[in-house]
Amino acid sequence: MAQVSLRRVVKEYEGGVQAVKGIDLEIADEEFVVLVGPSGCGKSTTLRMIAGLEEISSGEIAIGGMVVNDIPPRDRDIAMVFQNYALYPHMTVYENMAFGLTLRRFPKDEIRRRVENAARILDIGELLDRKPKALSGGQRQRVAMGRAIVRDPKVFLFDEPLSNLDAKLRVQMRVEIKKVHQTVRTTTVYVTHDQVEAMTLADRVVVMNQGIIEQVGTPQELYHRPATRFVAGFIGSPAMNMIPARLENGAGALRLRLPGDIVLPVPAERTQRYAPLAGGEVLFGIRPEHLTEPKNLDRPNIATFEAAPEVIEPLGMETLVIFSLQGNEVTARLDPAVPAERGRKMPFAADLNQMHLIEPRTGRVL
Amino acid sequence: MSVTAAAEATAAPAAPLYRKVGSIRRERRWALIGAYVALAVFVVFFLTPPFHMLMTSLKSSAEIADLSNNPWIVQSPTLENYWALLNHGSYPRHFLNSVIVTLSTVAITMVISLLAAFALARMRFWGSATLATGVFLTYLVPETLLFIPLFQTIGSLGLYNNLWAMVLLYPTITVPFCTWIMIGYFSSIPKELDEAALIDGANHFQMLWKIFIPVALPGILAATIFAFTVSWAQFLYPMVFLVSSEQMVLTVGIVSDLIRGDTFQWGMIMAGAIMAALPPLLIYAFLMDYYIAGLTAGATKG
Ligand SMILES: Nc1ncnc2c1ncn2[C@@H]1O[C@H](COP(=O)(O)OP(=O)(O)O)[C@@H](O)[C@H]1O
Ligand SMILES: [Mg+2]
Repeated sequence: MAQVSLRRVVKEYEGGVQAVKGIDLEIADEEFVVLVGPSGCGKSTTLRMIAGLEEISSGEIAIGGMVVNDIPPRDRDIAMVFQNYALYPHMTVYENMAFGLTLRRFPKDEIRRRVENAARILDIGELLDRKPKALSGGQRQRVAMGRAIVRDPKVFLFDEPLSNLDAKLRVQMRVEIKKVHQTVRTTTVYVTHDQVEAMTLADRVVVMNQGIIEQVGTPQELYHRPATRFVAGFIGSPAMNMIPARLENGAGALRLRLPGDIVLPVPAERTQRYAPLAGGEVLFGIRPEHLTEPKNLDRPNIATFEAAPEVIEPLGMETLVIFSLQGNEVTARLDPAVPAERGRKMPFAADLNQMHLIEPRTGRVL
Repeated sequence: MSVTAAAEATAAPAAPLYRKVGSIRRERRWALIGAYVALAVFVVFFLTPPFHMLMTSLKSSAEIADLSNNPWIVQSPTLENYWALLNHGSYPRHFLNSVIVTLSTVAITMVISLLAAFALARMRFWGSATLATGVFLTYLVPETLLFIPLFQTIGSLGLYNNLWAMVLLYPTITVPFCTWIMIGYFSSIPKELDEAALIDGANHFQMLWKIFIPVALPGILAATIFAFTVSWAQFLYPMVFLVSSEQMVLTVGIVSDLIRGDTFQWGMIMAGAIMAALPPLLIYAFLMDYYIAGLTAGATKG
């Protein structure tokens, strides 16, 4: 049981590549934190520094209140699950799980008790005598988790553990990992590039980009109150629409002028917040689910406009409609019962209570 | 046969076009015949000398000298050559010397090259890549050049005409090659395996002993067989550095003991050579499966 703290942590590889550029992060005891971001943003590097597999160029990492900068991986009391499982190919499943305990000179019956307990949690009791090569991908993944569980470490570290599995198994193992965490309650740091995985697993999500942390928050916070343009675009699928617009001042109220001369009124309660940007160019951000067929028009701050669909994607429970505002692609999410036809103008409603304004120069969401 | 014939008869009208192009079965048969012929030629070609050796070793000196006989057939087989070798002269001594030198060389080679390969493949340190290349380059210097400066070295160490000089010299041939093979094997082990072991609490020695050696076992066996064969068959160094019979190993011992002036004791020479070929043969027979698995695993990085 332990919290993990990163303070001003920098990693510079030989050759001058700064993979991690001074990040601060506090992870609470028993928390499940997911590091998410595009490939190459420094997630694995961060995780490997916590594990002790990479030295820290500067800054400080503490596990359970103890600074571990100079402590080798074996004395950090952490366990790690790798993307390619890294099972020892010459050992049986039992031996794989027992290896760490054997090296630490645990008594034989204690090892057996722990391995059997982990095997029960992961439902791999039948496989204990097999070698890794006789296991399927999902089974290997379970064994790799078993190897972590038996150690009963202070922290679990996962580096893209599900990336080698097919889509169906990935969803299944995601649930499995969540259940395991709810059972053992070990502090967990989990790395993935898949925002859905991040949102479903995490107590808190850490969005990284180019070696820095863009935002830390619960999945709900990131979704509804993204702090930067990057987070707004990264979290959520299909991605948030970002349309260049002009913020105009007229008669005490603000208006957004979108390409194609669509004018939307800014909600009155946000006038003050957006006032500094008045008269300038902004990015108007709105998620596809807040661009719909006209509905709830009696509620405040619902504005309508017309556009002609270019692509229609019927998904069953909803229909995605993509139209273009002078070259800017916009996705709307319609009720499947609404008739939509390629090239024929139809009305849309924008729920401006859910809008975002992004300052294009800084990428900040206001 | 009748079943397949019937199947062919029913299939024939359905696919008349393909009959002309050929049939998989016929092509396979020709491939098989080709393979058998080629292999048979090979086997005959390579087994003829050992067969001749075996026949000669079973003949008495008189029968060998009698040129009217067919040289491939033994008229009155006898084990007297074997008997004489094992009971008189220094053949047993030479055999023992060969065993001592070879086993020591193999042991020294494997310890040095495993440690060296582990360090060069896994511990990043300044100049490790250059060192790895250097190790291989030393293998390229032919021993026919090396023995001249080595003569000085061995002489100044006072090891001239001493069996143990061989234990010092043979590894100069075997260590570079075995190290190089093992670097290849170790490099093909995924990095995450060491990292998992590090996190599981292994130190570098435990990592080598409990992970790398078992995982690279086929490669290690291949390297062992190589070291064994090279040591057992080495001729130049014992030829140059050993002069007295009780220090000699088999390769030079047979030649120097059984050829007196221009008298060749062919029967005993062949018997000696046959017995000398037995240990490598046994090693191969035992380790062949691993050896082949090792060679192919290295080739495909499996
Ligand atoms: N051993 C290394 N040496 C040099 N650069 C590296 C090394 N490992 C990673 N990098 C670089 O550091 C950056 C971050 O890598 P990584 O942490 O693996 O990203 P992620 O896991 O988020 O995809 C990348 O630009 C990568 O090229
Ligand atoms: Mg990564």
